[in-house]
Amino acid sequence: MALDRWIALVILAVSLSYGYTAFFMMDAGLPPFMRFNPIWPSTFPKVISVLAAITSLAIVLGIEKKPSGDDTGEIDYRRLKEYKIGQAIFLLVLMATYALMLRPAGFLLSTVVFLVAGAALLGERRFVILIPVAALAAGVVWYLVQQTLGIYLSPLPTFLS
Amino acid sequence: MIDGILIGLSTAFSISNLLMVIGGCLIGTFIGMLPGLGPMSIIAIMIPVAISIGDPSAALILLAGVYYGAIFGGSTSSILINAPGVASTVATSFDGYPMARQGKAGKALTVAAISSFAGGSIGAILLMIFAPALASVALLFHSAEYFALMVVGLSAIAAFAGSGQVGKALLMTLVGLMMATVGEGALFNQPRFTMGILDLQSGFGFITLAMAMFALPEALFLVLDPSRSNSGGSGGDIKDLRITKAEAKKIAPVIGRQSIQGFLIGVLPGAGATIASFLGYAVERNLASKEEQAEFGKGSIKGLAAPESANNAACTGSFVPLLTLGIPGSGTTAILLGALIALNVSPGPRLMIDQPEIFWSVIISMYVGNVILLFLNLPMIPYIAKILAVPRNYLIPFILFFTLMGAYIGQNNATELLILVGFGVCATLLRFANYPLAPLLIGFILGSMLEDNFSRSMQLYDGIRFIVERPMTMGLLALAVILVALPTFRARLVRKKELQAAESD
Repeated sequence: MALDRWIALVILAVSLSYGYTAFFMMDAGLPPFMRFNPIWPSTFPKVISVLAAITSLAIVLGIEKKPSGDDTGEIDYRRLKEYKIGQAIFLLVLMATYALMLRPAGFLLSTVVFLVAGAALLGERRFVILIPVAALAAGVVWYLVQQTLGIYLSPLPTFLS
Repeated sequence: MIDGILIGLSTAFSISNLLMVIGGCLIGTFIGMLPGLGPMSIIAIMIPVAISIGDPSAALILLAGVYYGAIFGGSTSSILINAPGVASTVATSFDGYPMARQGKAGKALTVAAISSFAGGSIGAILLMIFAPALASVALLFHSAEYFALMVVGLSAIAAFAGSGQVGKALLMTLVGLMMATVGEGALFNQPRFTMGILDLQSGFGFITLAMAMFALPEALFLVLDPSRSNSGGSGGDIKDLRITKAEAKKIAPVIGRQSIQGFLIGVLPGAGATIASFLGYAVERNLASKEEQAEFGKGSIKGLAAPESANNAACTGSFVPLLTLGIPGSGTTAILLGALIALNVSPGPRLMIDQPEIFWSVIISMYVGNVILLFLNLPMIPYIAKILAVPRNYLIPFILFFTLMGAYIGQNNATELLILVGFGVCATLLRFANYPLAPLLIGFILGSMLEDNFSRSMQLYDGIRFIVERPMTMGLLALAVILVALPTFRARLVRKKELQAAESD
């Protein structure tokens, strides 16, 4: 089975559980006076879940014929091993770490570490240029967001502020 | 009317007001380039500045300049790094980004600037002529028609977005609609599908999703396959800036059609630039010849010109209900309404009679803003396009950082960043399997509006009867069904013909 049909199968499972919630669980908490409404909070999700389940089932079963041209995406997943998948995963981990560290470590420190680590991972070795650039970018963005836009970004680690 | 135009001209062309337009355009363009800061937030930031000016005409002229600048700036990030910061520039990235990848970044930006200019200018002229008449037509559209109009928009996108696979595009649209129902809706004070997570109470952020669907997979692809980044690296070429005569001939009718269509859609309150740009793209794709159709999504200049001109014309169109009825049709015009009221101007039917100089100077300054934007931006394009020449080792971490910042600014919580990473991985997998991602995002954007209008008409008509009772709704819904069925039908016909040809051999 091709990847697109596996994905359709996953979406089918998601829409079934979504539909289960909409059909059997959401209405339990509905206040009595709202039951006279022609539309409930669950009405629209019910419609979507049915439509999504039908469409994903159609793709899983392969009802729609594929166009005769080649159907590979922009990147062929069958050649995945030739790609630099390690770097990509590491960058994703780095992004997740950034998300978790943003509050405790402060914006400035975590941003500089993120930019330097990201570039170093991709093969950048001229740290003399890299670190000042990263620090400058972090400073400028912090100034813009905090001072100009007034959105709070704690600049320093929690134990310093 | 001539008197009014003359008053407007004399107000708009004073030195201080011209400086306002120039300043506004520059501020708007630069801030608008950052993903996550759309026209709405930039205008909101500029309101205190505008109010402190005191003169309502000058303040509005400044804000109009910021508005146009921001729209153009937003297209820039869509084209160069596939990071649409605003919903209305999502359609721009469909063809703009592939063009930039082919090394035609300069040309793509020029096409965008020129079509925005044309769309905005034609919109301004139409606004001048038809504003009063259109206001009464827009009132005929009720929630039932809005619901139907959005269904048409969604099915048009589903039908034309996929590479011949309507099922996949349709499924993605439905997934987008499902995601839109997460969180608290406007009509029901009840959190839905939050799985008990408090941060999901307000739903997924639009910017988070836009970044996860477009910018993040793109950056990951650049990491996975280093050869991809080389093709776009020479994008800063100045020689490729000019549009040839043949190309100009190709996009001229597109710009003309989409300016008018975009303007008309923009007049409808609530529809706005987003729907106008998507519908414009879909319509032009359908009108194009067979060979040109294959180019759409792979860097067709028609596909870039259509959403850009429609988007700008619609922005102008959205001023019609604001200035004539006092009803803001979009988030941006709602903020402008707030600014107007703070400046002691009450928009509505009396505005044209009581304070004609404001009404006309705003319209004239829109036109002036467009011209100035064109002259400011055309010389800057080679430098803007240089962004792509930044070494890959720097570009990728910075793109990732800006996607993270965009999501953080939008929702202001760190959970949103984890959601961004999670959805980014899902989006990359979906792209591996050749699922179109644009319908998902469009379904998400239109989902809440769709549900609100659907619920409202259900409540008004106490059931589903409104579909039968309102002929316009019925007609629009029938059109939606045809749009979805047509490509499948057409494909079947083609296959039948091929079979027959094979048999007769």
